[in-house]
Amino acid sequence: MKNNITEKIFIYGILLIWTFICLFPIYWTATTSFKTAASVTQGLLIPWLDFEPSWKGWKNLGLSPDTIFTESNPREEFLARFFNTALISSCASGLAVIMGSFAAYGLSRFNYKFGFMRNPDISFFFLSQLILPPVVLALPVLVLYRELNLLDTHIGMILIYTLTVLPIVIWIMRDQFNAVPIELEEAALVDGATVWGSFFKIVLPIVLPGIASAFILCLILCWNEYFLAALITSTDAKTMPVMVASQISSQSIKWWNMAAISLALCFPLIVAAIFLERYIVKGMAAGAIKG
Amino acid sequence: MNEINRMERDPLYVVSPSYISPKTKRLGKILVWSSFILMSFIGIIQILYNLEKINFGFSNWRPLLYAYILWAIAIGYSRVLIYGEKGKRNLFIFPAVMFIISIVIFPMLFGLYISFTDWNLSSLDGRRFNGLDNFYQMISDPYYLNSLKNMIFYILAVLVEFAIAFLLALLLNSQIKGRKFFRVVFLIPLMLSPVAVSWMVGKSMLEQRFGPVANFARWLGWETPTFFSSPEIARLTMMCMDAWTFIPLMIIMLLAGLQALPKEVLEAAKVDGANKWTMFKNIIFPIMLPVSLTTLVIRIIFKLKLADIIIIVTAGGPGGATDSVTSFIVREYRDRSNVGYGTLLSFVYLILIIIFMTVLIRFVNRWLQRAA
Repeated sequence: MKNNITEKIFIYGILLIWTFICLFPIYWTATTSFKTAASVTQGLLIPWLDFEPSWKGWKNLGLSPDTIFTESNPREEFLARFFNTALISSCASGLAVIMGSFAAYGLSRFNYKFGFMRNPDISFFFLSQLILPPVVLALPVLVLYRELNLLDTHIGMILIYTLTVLPIVIWIMRDQFNAVPIELEEAALVDGATVWGSFFKIVLPIVLPGIASAFILCLILCWNEYFLAALITSTDAKTMPVMVASQISSQSIKWWNMAAISLALCFPLIVAAIFLERYIVKGMAAGAIKG
Repeated sequence: MNEINRMERDPLYVVSPSYISPKTKRLGKILVWSSFILMSFIGIIQILYNLEKINFGFSNWRPLLYAYILWAIAIGYSRVLIYGEKGKRNLFIFPAVMFIISIVIFPMLFGLYISFTDWNLSSLDGRRFNGLDNFYQMISDPYYLNSLKNMIFYILAVLVEFAIAFLLALLLNSQIKGRKFFRVVFLIPLMLSPVAVSWMVGKSMLEQRFGPVANFARWLGWETPTFFSSPEIARLTMMCMDAWTFIPLMIIMLLAGLQALPKEVLEAAKVDGANKWTMFKNIIFPIMLPVSLTTLVIRIIFKLKLADIIIIVTAGGPGGATDSVTSFIVREYRDRSNVGYGTLLSFVYLILIIIFMTVLIRFVNRWLQRAA
């Protein structure tokens, strides 16, 4: 019995320490965004007890209570970047999910032959894109985009992001489609449906949760992507991570502003983590079991 | 013969009417060729215009892109016209294959060419073929070799991350209250943008004068906590930050594996009186081996792309001690805007990765077969 209690303490102790490690940076950033210069340099931790919170950091962003209804250039800028990021990542994820699901379905149901390439080779061709580091593509794509006038455009960003998440979609969706019994479609085909018809009417509704988790995973990856965006965008299609990164490197930026901006960048994702945890985990765990 | 036919048959077998009229077939071919001719026509005009042989043309290559898309659509549609049902089946993977070929293979071939050129994007000279000069420059570039060496350290750190993640996954899988809460909390670091993490952790919490981690280190007795001044500590700091973001991914994958463990085996071992450690060593770990190795491989793939936090927090410093290959190439490009040399470096990196991953995966497979 005594053994059991020490074990419990050990388990919960480690879990709580890790919880602290996970949450403290967010707590620190959130409180820093309400600090003034004096309380930042003293490294104070607890609001109201240690220091008096102020809206200074959020005021400069135009997101504090007294400035939220007034004109604010930083807020306009911020919203424009937010909108860019949302547009680019949702379009790219959507495109990747559509193409990836088709390809994964095709690979799980039919035998293809392109020259020497059979199904396993085609699968490998898709998945090998995962290994490709973005830096290999970055410079050639940068030069090509310059020639095609696609630099700093939404379309250019969407295309390159679609590419980065497409293999992940195929990876997740292949298992999903393999889990659907073929007999269902065979029955539909006997009843006179076409291949595409049975795909849309019968298979798609079954794998919809899988598609949702693939989509959410892609959305997160695109939302956080910094490297390619930093190279390809400059003004029009600039995404939030690029904006935040440029603020970090400029020395003049105040701590409380920076904290507010970082938090604003993360906030949608923290909310997503809380409410969509099941889908995210499902997507990431998909590859682990089957290997 | 019969046997072979069965092997070749699609898992989803479709009996389809096979007659397609010659007229339809011809229409399909005409579509492909006419769009192809249109594309070549635009391409030739553009090349001539750029060579200043003719004085009309487009201001950029965008129209060629449109013609290319048109051509791709024509190929897809013509497959249905020419092959009927079989063409419709091909249509499932056709978009993805075409997409990857257009965005990966073309730029790669183009990149292969520019990696043998001296091309400064900011100068007006344009590109100049310089053969193997870039390669010789690379061999004598101590910073590139240094960044490759750093990558080895970064990859070895994955083993430590794996141990931590495995422990946490085991704890999450045991009988605990509030599992849902812990799972959500443990997921959060993975969701945060690397850019935000760079500031939140790298720039503010590790700030040496008043960052909370520095204060904590002082309280522990380290008098001058600086996290980015000595090479070893700076590298260790970057490893920790990267580990912080990616341990959740490993936890999730390992937890999925743990939850799929056969319950009967565990029950039987418990009845036989195995204690926790022997159970882990003799049952859980061997059964988890495939999942563990998959997790490690995936984590290593992500590790090879490591760049964002390094670019933002240390920019490779001090003295290149924290450089990953990617961050080094980016700096090389930013400082000198030499596309040719940077591309060559990235191609060499790609080749090294392919060799490394091939060896790793072969090794993993052999290990799995021996274990099985």
